[in-house]
Amino acid sequence: MQIRDAIGEALETLRTQKLKSFFSLLGVLIGVTFLIAVVSIVQGMNVYMEDKFANRLVGLNTFQLRRMPNFEMGNVSQEQWREYQRRPRINYSEASYIETRLQTPAIFSRYCSTNMPASWNGKTAKGVDVWTADAPMFQIKNLEIEVGRAFTPQEARLGEAVAVIGWEVGDKLFKGVDPLGKSISIEGIPYRIVGRVSKQGTLFGFSLDKFVVVPFDAPVHRYACRLGFMDELHVRTADVASMQVALTQVEELMRIQRRLKPGQPDNFAMQTAEGALSGWKKISAILFTALPALVSISLVVGGIVIMNIMLMAVAERTREIGIRKALGAKRRDILAQFVVEAATLSTVGAAIGIACGIGLAFLVRALTPLPAAIAPWSVGVGVLLGVVVGMTAGVYPATRAARLDPIEALRQE
Amino acid sequence: MSDLVIQIRELSRAYVMGAETVHALRGVTLEIRRNEYVAIMGPSGSGKSTLMNLIGCLDTPSSGEYWLNGQEVSRMPDDALARVRNREIGFVFQTFNLLPRANALANVELPLVYAGVPARQRRRRAETALQRVGLGDRMDHRPNELSGGQRQRVAIARALVNEPAILLADEPTGNLDSATSEEIMRVFESLHAQGQTVIMVTHEADIAAHAARVVLLRDGRVASDTPNRRSAA
Repeated sequence: MQIRDAIGEALETLRTQKLKSFFSLLGVLIGVTFLIAVVSIVQGMNVYMEDKFANRLVGLNTFQLRRMPNFEMGNVSQEQWREYQRRPRINYSEASYIETRLQTPAIFSRYCSTNMPASWNGKTAKGVDVWTADAPMFQIKNLEIEVGRAFTPQEARLGEAVAVIGWEVGDKLFKGVDPLGKSISIEGIPYRIVGRVSKQGTLFGFSLDKFVVVPFDAPVHRYACRLGFMDELHVRTADVASMQVALTQVEELMRIQRRLKPGQPDNFAMQTAEGALSGWKKISAILFTALPALVSISLVVGGIVIMNIMLMAVAERTREIGIRKALGAKRRDILAQFVVEAATLSTVGAAIGIACGIGLAFLVRALTPLPAAIAPWSVGVGVLLGVVVGMTAGVYPATRAARLDPIEALRQE
Repeated sequence: MSDLVIQIRELSRAYVMGAETVHALRGVTLEIRRNEYVAIMGPSGSGKSTLMNLIGCLDTPSSGEYWLNGQEVSRMPDDALARVRNREIGFVFQTFNLLPRANALANVELPLVYAGVPARQRRRRAETALQRVGLGDRMDHRPNELSGGQRQRVAIARALVNEPAILLADEPTGNLDSATSEEIMRVFESLHAQGQTVIMVTHEADIAAHAARVVLLRDGRVASDTPNRRSAA
């Protein structure tokens, strides 16, 4: 018996018994849908996390010297948390010590931030991130100036009241007005706008453009930081290799300054983009470990349902099997027919599952800030699973069909 | 090559049913020549169905020998029997036994599928067979779109498509009215006239009257084996 005939037979069954077939395929369908959707979303997240999250929030070839890690997903024990709280903040002398002693060429910026409203001409933008930073910050964070300019090292050193605004702040307060030269008011102090950063978009639905950058020593500094201390020292080197070198050098310089004995743990943290991703990597690793288990549960259920459907089909079509045997079908012809039929059913389920999975991934992408990228391999795995589950589920019913006695089978009504 | 298509010697078939053994066939000896037209008759319980199943290679005997077209089939394993059924035997059943979801052409093609005939050749041969039974214009009809007589003609076309050594009909008119029965009988007669060996199992005397030879079974034995009066006349 040719495979094509068996596939035709299976598709015919599907066509004539749409509803029953649909329910019988549900298990495989759901399993494959789940596989495609989860893989797509996790893969999309991977790209997104690396591309946007880490590189936007930390920056390329950049690390941040901090009192405690910035992005820590997962559980931090209470004890660990108390230890973080006891750590001294990074102070100016530590920062300038590093800046002067670091052997790897690098650019630096001190950084503090706070969240407060900013206003102009009676309009107020609430919840603006106010960054106090040194002039190299624009380069460190790859902030592209759309109009005007960044503030100069001189302005930064003098702590002048100048500001570079984020795109959204400009859009909110200066719609249709040229913001350059206007004074934006933060905590009652006017800052002269010298530039505006181009649009950066959103991250998980949060705007990346709602910020104002002012010189580190600008008047607002006292709201953002304690005097003499900073939240972070940003260090950017030329490439990844030199960043790795700089990381160890900075660690060493800090340990010297803080007089840490060998064996004593660091009482500061260095946050890299990769470090920021470690939490996410943990989550995605868990998802990828749990995924096969979840998918296989629904596939096993789907396989059992298909096996049942095929057993029913064998019972219903006993007479047909008898006819086929009388006309010369060998055991393996009947076996092949029912195995191929089960595999076809299951593969159709998998195909619908793939379509649903892709649909679901696109739906997630459209309705949430979560990205999704269809992984071609997951589609391949989906089809393969469909075929394998169907064939496996088909073997037992097909064996029963193949073993039927033709006389008995022909006698059946 | 021998002129004998079927040689049966002392063929017995016993079934074990619980504690007792039922002897359905108790040593039947029978020879059928090429192009004979034989009716096997007998009351129910006479063993005619058992004999038909054995002749049709659907069953194997408990003892005795059965040679079909020069091969001893009484000791063959399952798959070899399937092959013999496919090549040597054309079945026509009382209830037609067509696949309900397949059209006439696909039904007739089925034995060729199992014979491994390529698709194009299959179609051509099935079309020829259907034309032979006068259904050239009904090839794409499904069984439920055909009358009883037409269904039986499709079944006959299916039986003939592999050019079998014997056409084996089991009560071929049992589900048909008398006019249609006559029509089917004429088809058998014309096939016989064209050289086909026909074996027909029936309990109706007027149907058996069409055959040239009547074998009467009683209690699992051949009670009589006579040339038909009308045909002999």
